[in-house]
Amino acid sequence: MRDAIMAVLEAVPDPEIPVISVVELGIVREVTEEAVVVTPTYSGCPATLAIARDIRKALDEAGFFDVAIRTELAPAWTTDWMTAAGREKLLAYGIAPPGVAVCPQCGSGQVEEISRFGSTPCKALWRCLACREPFDRFKCI
Amino acid sequence: MMDEKQALALGDDALILGHRLSEWCGHAPSLEIDLALANIGLDLLGQAQFFLALVGDADALAYRRDEDGFCNCLLVEQPNGDFARTVARQFLFSAWQELMFAEMAGSADARMAAIAGKARKEVIYHASFAADWMVRLGDGTDESHRRMAEGLDFCWRFTDELFAGSWAGLRAGWDARVDAVLREAGLARPKLGRGVTGGREGRHSEHLGHILAEMQYLQRSFPDAVW
Repeated sequence: MRDAIMAVLEAVPDPEIPVISVVELGIVREVTEEAVVVTPTYSGCPATLAIARDIRKALDEAGFFDVAIRTELAPAWTTDWMTAAGREKLLAYGIAPPGVAVCPQCGSGQVEEISRFGSTPCKALWRCLACREPFDRFKCI
Repeated sequence: MMDEKQALALGDDALILGHRLSEWCGHAPSLEIDLALANIGLDLLGQAQFFLALVGDADALAYRRDEDGFCNCLLVEQPNGDFARTVARQFLFSAWQELMFAEMAGSADARMAAIAGKARKEVIYHASFAADWMVRLGDGTDESHRRMAEGLDFCWRFTDELFAGSWAGLRAGWDARVDAVLREAGLARPKLGRGVTGGREGRHSEHLGHILAEMQYLQRSFPDAVW
């Protein structure tokens, strides 16, 4: 049953970056037959409510009406929990994943930060010095 | 035992400063700064929700409490002023929050420790953003230096309050952090006469009432309105 719940979660996309699932984002902390434990990326992330709603909907549609959703803050989410598959999908989508900074457009490592804060709480604004394109990059926290 | 007064103070700090930063939305000197200030405000709003929820109904506490029930420090309710003053306020406050959360992450109260552990990671970014701008403006043109020094001077009088009560031990670490940035920015450390305090006890400057009038208007006029 745990695997079945996990499969449901793997099909729930992040509402802001729909190419990756909530599992690939690394915010699903624990799955049991009673509850799904999630953790927010940032304290004020506006997607938090949407994520809880989307997970509830997916669980209900799969018949898991009694599986609760719990939020836990500790240990705090870190970009280290993002899966390898999630990172590849981000890069293909045009967002540089955490880790070594490369341009998602041309692959160059000659990049620099424009601003520590970007279009969402989890991203910073970078630019590529090779192809001159700006891009979003996941903040490493 | 959770220290309810402390949770309320930290929730109010974050709520009021988050509101102040939201006032910059669409008005910041550049798009990147606009995004940064909005993002910092959003982090703070999230922190406020966590802390206030430990004390009671977070929405009711934010929207239906009178001014003298708020125990945020005076620093966070001060008007934005120009960008330099906002930077000074942010740096002085975030540097304090960073140290305070690092300590609180080891708190015996698991719920406070959890919020602190999470918030600390966000605040490290806030402090570094503000420190960058302290240096850029302080070590910039004559005009940017003058404004940065003025902003710092204005905010400085409210910093004593950050170290009231159980937070007195954070002072040495904060002094070291602040002095290092001031040195790099070429800014003199302002001389503190008598520090202005009172916010933690609910005695506020005239500015908080104006913030609440705007922030609480809708919920006071139409209780429990949703959209």
